[in-house]
Amino acid sequence: MGPLAVNDIISPNTNFFLAFVIGIGFGFVLEQSGFSSSRKLAGLFYGYDMVVLKVFFTGGVTAMLGLLFFSLFGWVDLNLVYVNPTFLTSAIVGGLIMGAGFIMGGFCPGTSFCGAAIGKLDAMIFILGLFIGVYFFAFGYPMFETLYKSAPMSSPKISTMLNLSDGVFAFILVVVALGMFYLAEWVEKKFPREEY
Amino acid sequence: MNQPKKSRYLNPYIGGVLLGLVLLAANFISGRGLGASGAIKSVVVATTQTVAPKYAARTKYFQEYHEEHSGPPLKNWLVFQMLGVIVGGFASGAFAGRLKFKVEHSPEITSRRRLVFALLGGIFFGVGSQLGRGCTSGSALSGIAVISFGGIITMMAIFGGAYALAWFFRKNWI
Repeated sequence: MGPLAVNDIISPNTNFFLAFVIGIGFGFVLEQSGFSSSRKLAGLFYGYDMVVLKVFFTGGVTAMLGLLFFSLFGWVDLNLVYVNPTFLTSAIVGGLIMGAGFIMGGFCPGTSFCGAAIGKLDAMIFILGLFIGVYFFAFGYPMFETLYKSAPMSSPKISTMLNLSDGVFAFILVVVALGMFYLAEWVEKKFPREEY
Repeated sequence: MNQPKKSRYLNPYIGGVLLGLVLLAANFISGRGLGASGAIKSVVVATTQTVAPKYAARTKYFQEYHEEHSGPPLKNWLVFQMLGVIVGGFASGAFAGRLKFKVEHSPEITSRRRLVFALLGGIFFGVGSQLGRGCTSGSALSGIAVISFGGIITMMAIFGGAYALAWFFRKNWI
């Protein structure tokens, strides 16, 4: 049955419309969770507010388990779900640069649009920076290309690489997430601060 | 805090489950995850092609974009999704009474300093998201959902990088 758009159960235009609806849900949940506030987001890195860790991992694990069950019931063909290709060096270097951007800017791209939507001027400036960064990458692409394309690995699953079944890996990730939630609650008690 | 203070925000675990359901819906309906930086890339490609079509036609970055994507750059799943994010974020802020123009920053620093760092952070995140083939949403969060090796590596690099530098930027936040 699913994914609906890939199996032509819904038309491309319906798919675009539903992308808009999904985006509304995405933006609403992020804002309700406090992701429109850079000081709340940055709390993750100083221990005074661990909301990012809690929402992010609960979200990831929920979607992962949902997909595994949907696949088990035959509702979705996981082979038709897009998985980003892995280019190992580029993924690590890009991630580290994004980490630097996160601690300086206090937002990531998705959350900055949420912040901008409720009037945060710092979020709007962050978005301006995002555009400058992407233009810079586009115009300076020859400079980045070797790194961008080094160490290609197609689209491996981490479970395959560890020689585990998806279910066993999912179970391990759930246990790890629960451990991190416990740690997050403990850290927040240790570094209490008024909510921003 | 000894006394539990009622938060103005949604319980993070409930928020997380809702976020997961949105991500699950994206995968079930469209066969893909959520994203943000991809929409910016589409706008960058579209504007460059409009302003400097000849340059775009002979430049590799834009040629490769068209090898990977069909149709006009703005008629893109992530562009529609990001328009939704703005509407959804605005609606949530309106319901919660949080609509207000302001620069949010630590009382220890000036608005100007906050804005300079916001701009720098955005530039870094923009470049990094291209190398990482997606940002916290498109690569990391959506990567967890499909147990992607690259997504989880990028996620660890993002958070690891930020933790490693947190000490140097602590004055901006605490």
